[in-house]
Amino acid sequence: MISVQISEIIKSYGKKIALDNISVSINKGELFGFIGPDGAGKTTLFRILTSLLIPNHGFAKVENLDVVKDYKNIRKIVGYMPGRFSLYQDLSVEENLQFFASVFGTTIEENYHLIEDIYVQIEPFKKRLAGNLSGGMKQKLALSCALIHKPEVLFLDEPTTGVDAVSRKEFWEMLKKLKNFGITIIVSTPYMDEAELCDRIALIQNGKILSIQSPQKIISEYKLPLIAIRSDDMYLLVKDLKNLDQTNSVFLFGEYVHFTSKLSKINIETIEAFLSLKGHTNIKFKNIKPDIEDCFMALIENDRMSK
Amino acid sequence: MNRFWAFVKKEFLHIFRDPRTILILFGMPIAQIMIFGYVVKNDIKNVKIAIYDKSKDNVTREITDKILSSGYFLLSEKLDSNNELERIFQKGEVKEIIVFEPDFAKRLENTNTANIQLIADASDANTANLIVNYTQAIIYEYVKSINENNSLAVQIVPEARMMYNEEMKSVYMFVPGTMALILLLISAMMTSISIAREKEMGTMEILLVSPLQPLQIIMGKVMPYIILSLVNAISIILLGFFVFDVPIHGSIILLMFETMLFIFLALSIGIFISTVSKSQQTAMFISIFSLMLPTMLLSGFIFPIKNMPLVLQWFCYIVPPKWFIIIIKDIMLKGTGLIYVWKETLILIGMIIFFISLSVKKFKIRLE
Repeated sequence: MISVQISEIIKSYGKKIALDNISVSINKGELFGFIGPDGAGKTTLFRILTSLLIPNHGFAKVENLDVVKDYKNIRKIVGYMPGRFSLYQDLSVEENLQFFASVFGTTIEENYHLIEDIYVQIEPFKKRLAGNLSGGMKQKLALSCALIHKPEVLFLDEPTTGVDAVSRKEFWEMLKKLKNFGITIIVSTPYMDEAELCDRIALIQNGKILSIQSPQKIISEYKLPLIAIRSDDMYLLVKDLKNLDQTNSVFLFGEYVHFTSKLSKINIETIEAFLSLKGHTNIKFKNIKPDIEDCFMALIENDRMSK
Repeated sequence: MNRFWAFVKKEFLHIFRDPRTILILFGMPIAQIMIFGYVVKNDIKNVKIAIYDKSKDNVTREITDKILSSGYFLLSEKLDSNNELERIFQKGEVKEIIVFEPDFAKRLENTNTANIQLIADASDANTANLIVNYTQAIIYEYVKSINENNSLAVQIVPEARMMYNEEMKSVYMFVPGTMALILLLISAMMTSISIAREKEMGTMEILLVSPLQPLQIIMGKVMPYIILSLVNAISIILLGFFVFDVPIHGSIILLMFETMLFIFLALSIGIFISTVSKSQQTAMFISIFSLMLPTMLLSGFIFPIKNMPLVLQWFCYIVPPKWFIIIIKDIMLKGTGLIYVWKETLILIGMIIFFISLSVKKFKIRLE
């Protein structure tokens, strides 16, 4: 069953096109991720789906309600957590939760089972003002507030941006648990590692969707020969590798560069000889499996080539 | 309804948790009424003056008596020579010296004109102006009284007042003015800021994606300020009554009704400002420039409208507090009923309808 249907949505701000003909169908109970860098159009899409913006073209339905015509009903059944922390900083944890419960015509007690796992972690601080919470705790509170009315669809716009690694992990574990309640969860994130935790993802770049798949499928479709390389001068390494004939792409990924070759099989010896000639020291090679980020980069490259 | 009251409760929490808001809400009205009442007074009392009477005849004595018995002036010294003038001002106590020319009575009789020189300590220009005007007024009164029994009109000093209220009681003027200013600031500025804050902090985004209706959001925002403004209005009236003896001659019910009307007007202006401003700062600047300054300058609160250039006088007609000040003055000081202020009341109601319909039109149910 389809929970959210997005059909040929175009949205532009003046001359700048934020969303360029986007169509996605999201199933009920799915944990769906929109993965893409800042400025890809994720927030605009979320705002259209939560009835905050009107698309220039196309339509979208949430639980079979049109986001433009039925906006009043949509606002009753969705939970929305904007990218920026948007709770009342001068209200305490408890008061914030209480307020959002009342606004949606419910009580904390009624839906406590939904937020229990999350809320117990911030409950010791329930008298503290929301503005004084740490980043991770703020997000947990925001999630609790977005969940307190038992929404049918939950929209989380970059919920883990600016949150430490441990809290991010906890946050995703909570989302997995929420799936058990049958809530459709739509989440956006610039972090590629989070993509693998979704049921399906849409890779989005410059307002266009490059691929919609399960993360495993996207990775399995990755065919390029890939290897990780490092040396003492990483900056020069990237520069030099780009001048190599067999190079398809070179991207800096932390302490290694991910190198793909135009050849069907990477010839390590040739590369090492080339790099030594260029004066690189401490050259190391590492065999790696592609992750979502590699796939994303490859898809962007493809998209650029096809233009 | 539960939804709505939760919103109102939240608004009260915002207000009571922010020391600056509290200060503006409760400190400002009291401070302003006190400042206007005591410090920026337009009336004078027991000002020390000196008199240099070169004539010493019955007319100059009579005028001197009149001036000194007015209650505004206290005689500090009688002078005998021009040399003393400088010295006496330098001591700083005496604010005005009155000089009668020689043969004052004789000249008045022979030529029907005599001169009095009024020298004021103009280091405080406003006070000097006031003192001179008061003195002139007293002399003018005196001239009028002798002319009544005289067929030939005599002249002593040319007239030059009108900048000051006839009753010479400025506190009376300041209570309605301050009330208009404070109600406008609290109701309009505070609501516009508090709505703009929701936009600035991004919480408006969440409020929009909730079952709350726009009207509920606006009413919830406005409700606490209605209550607080009413508290303020009552305390200003009480302060005026008990501290400054400002009378309430008219009906208190009518007074409260008109006050409520003005509060609604101020709130509707505030809501309108919030619909056109995206940040708290913009809201505040718009409020100050479009509300505070016109209220101070163009409502007849401090400067009488009839002395303004014609173009500014037209502009005064669209300044809402002008009408409220007229109403309040009529009710409090003259004791008139609705029959005399219905026109002004209608104007206020018209303005409310104007701003409310404009705001409803401009209120965004979405983000753009």
